[in-house]
Amino acid sequence: MIRPSLGVRWGAIRAYSKLTAEHYNVARGSYGSIEQSDLDFFKSIVPNGVVTDASDLEMFNEDWMHKYRGQSKVMLKPQNTEQVSKIMAHCNARKLAVVPQGGNTGLVGGSVPVFDEIILSLANMNKIRHFDPVSGVLTADAGVILQNADDYLRTQGFIFPLDLGAKGSCQIGGNLATNAGGLRLLRYGSLHGTVLGVEGVFATGEVFDGLSSLRKDNTGYDLKQLFIGSEGTLGVITGLSIICPPKPNAVNVAFLGLESFDKVQEAFVKSRSHLAEILSSFECMDASSLKLASHHCSLQAPLSDVHPFSVLIETSGSNSAHDEEKLSGFLEALMEEGIITDGVLAQDETQIANLWYWREFIPEASTKAGGVYKYDVSLPLPAMWELVDATNDRLIKQNLVGSTDEFPVVDTIGYGHIGDSNLHLNVAVRRYDDRVEQALEPFVFEFVAKHKGSVSAEHGLGFQKAHALHYSKSEHMIGLMKALKRHYDPNLILNPYKYLP
Amino acid sequence: MSTKLRIMVPVKRVVDAAIRPRVNKAQTGIETQGVKYSINPFCDIAVEEALRLREGNKDLVESIHAVSVGGKKSQEVLRTALAKGVDTSTLVDVGEKEVETLSVAKVLAKLVEQQKSNFVLLGKQAIDSDANHTGQMLAGLLGWPQATNAAKIEISGDEVTVTREIDGGEEVVKAKLPMIVTTDLRLNEPRYASLPNIMKAKKKPLDTVTADSLGVDITPRVEILKVAEPPARGAGVTVETTDDFIAKIKEKGAL
Repeated sequence: MIRPSLGVRWGAIRAYSKLTAEHYNVARGSYGSIEQSDLDFFKSIVPNGVVTDASDLEMFNEDWMHKYRGQSKVMLKPQNTEQVSKIMAHCNARKLAVVPQGGNTGLVGGSVPVFDEIILSLANMNKIRHFDPVSGVLTADAGVILQNADDYLRTQGFIFPLDLGAKGSCQIGGNLATNAGGLRLLRYGSLHGTVLGVEGVFATGEVFDGLSSLRKDNTGYDLKQLFIGSEGTLGVITGLSIICPPKPNAVNVAFLGLESFDKVQEAFVKSRSHLAEILSSFECMDASSLKLASHHCSLQAPLSDVHPFSVLIETSGSNSAHDEEKLSGFLEALMEEGIITDGVLAQDETQIANLWYWREFIPEASTKAGGVYKYDVSLPLPAMWELVDATNDRLIKQNLVGSTDEFPVVDTIGYGHIGDSNLHLNVAVRRYDDRVEQALEPFVFEFVAKHKGSVSAEHGLGFQKAHALHYSKSEHMIGLMKALKRHYDPNLILNPYKYLP
Repeated sequence: MSTKLRIMVPVKRVVDAAIRPRVNKAQTGIETQGVKYSINPFCDIAVEEALRLREGNKDLVESIHAVSVGGKKSQEVLRTALAKGVDTSTLVDVGEKEVETLSVAKVLAKLVEQQKSNFVLLGKQAIDSDANHTGQMLAGLLGWPQATNAAKIEISGDEVTVTREIDGGEEVVKAKLPMIVTTDLRLNEPRYASLPNIMKAKKKPLDTVTADSLGVDITPRVEILKVAEPPARGAGVTVETTDDFIAKIKEKGAL
């Protein structure tokens, strides 16, 4: 099989909406095919939740970047766990392949079919089940949209512990299935810590009733963790309980200019000791990232001069006077010690939003010239910008980078969540070019493997990175994963062609 | 023979523009607990314009003085103004109570006298009360010319030319100093407060006076009886046919 390309192709809208199976030359597994009797059965379970119209299915067969396209003929929209269980039991008996789908906002092609897998949409399981304002534990259906969960919690004086760009479309069940990271992981931790319980259905139809709301529970293996980050390959998440932090009353944002990545690390170390419990984000971007963003953004630049690195620091706390004092003391110390060369502090909510915009706009800006090769990696901090520099040097040496149209590459940029050692390496291009791809792969993965990093920090494996798993996990580990998969999904019907090599 | 500008910029502390204000339980005003306050956006624009006038022509501006009429916490917005580049500031401490616009204008008139200001640049309105009175009242009290809703300000000698945003277009007006100008949204985009300036601002003067000491009576003349949210919009109905639709709007008296 020809391996899928690892550069996510934003911007190349229609050119890449070829059928995934054909484009990547995938062979269909020995699964059953849907017959009228199957449809009749599904209709008896979910009378109003069987979608077979080809045009209605289009947007669920394709990912939002128009990179992957499957050929599913049927989508099921159950409303409760019992229906999901009956559907899965039937599919398992008939060996019908199934792809669970949430908001379909993934970046690695994990939530769309490859062949004719049944799309199991959680969209109609969208109810908040319970919220306890004392413990802050929310229990909800898997198909609740993240924004709706957060809006609901805010009316109760709480927030969802996860925040990310796709919050208006993505579903919390999908967030769990992909172990989404996002902008405030530094503060609230990963879903492996905040999720207290999972309700799910295994491939066989067996219901996993693990909807605990206990913070502490050391009775046996923590089985719910299997679902978190399993990308729908072991079971379908139908409900969850999660502990939510109180809504911060005071949020402050500073935007800083620094001379070198060493200084960025110094500032990070200091921010953790000075700001301690109120630090909620520490985001870094290099000069090339901001340069690219400024070409496409009419907002006033935060800093008047160009600095090799910029950092956005956010604090979230309960007392604005206390937080401001802490933050201004910290920033003054950074100035006096020469760790930062310049900086601004937002004075109102609009400025806070505008400073965040500069960070959040970078991914979009990187696609504006035509397309982008995207890598989402975890690396030890000291090696992080070595990868950006090494990649940049490599592309320049191969004469691929330039300001005129004959060169495919516009620029190599780096930005990311320093607080989580997560780098987004983007190579902005005018067009996709095999020479660029060959210069990048397997170079980037080998670099990451050499430094014991991860080839997928927060985007997951899906279809795109399944083959690259061996750069981050040993044969032994992959063997254990496969054994687990066979145990919970003996017919391998859940989300096939993905996740494991 | 040109006059050097002694600019006064009044600034108000208001509930942040990005936050939806809520009526308090007692229905006497808006909820103030746990709510973020910031400088009124139009005042921020006025501060920015004063700074740009100086940056555009060093010899034009002699001083920029910020004033806030409010409680102790209004010092925050004065610090913001100082951090952006204003030279000096005065807090007129009137406690936590809302002061009526005429009283504010009287206070400002006194301070203009004290500071020997010849150019008052202020927001066209504060986003909390939306009164859009203060600049006009101040002009009346001082007997100075005024240009409201400024989208562009040019100064040449003693002459100030202001482009105003009006319904359906622009109006260009001209007057001689001393003068009052109120700022509109499109005049400029306010800057960020830089860290070096925030640090410097801590050493800049921030005087506090009271309305009494200025000889201004700020006793309110208007009593607020009740503050309430507008009624919530009712749910819509789905109609099956055009006839149903017409019947429905007739029923509502809209046709």
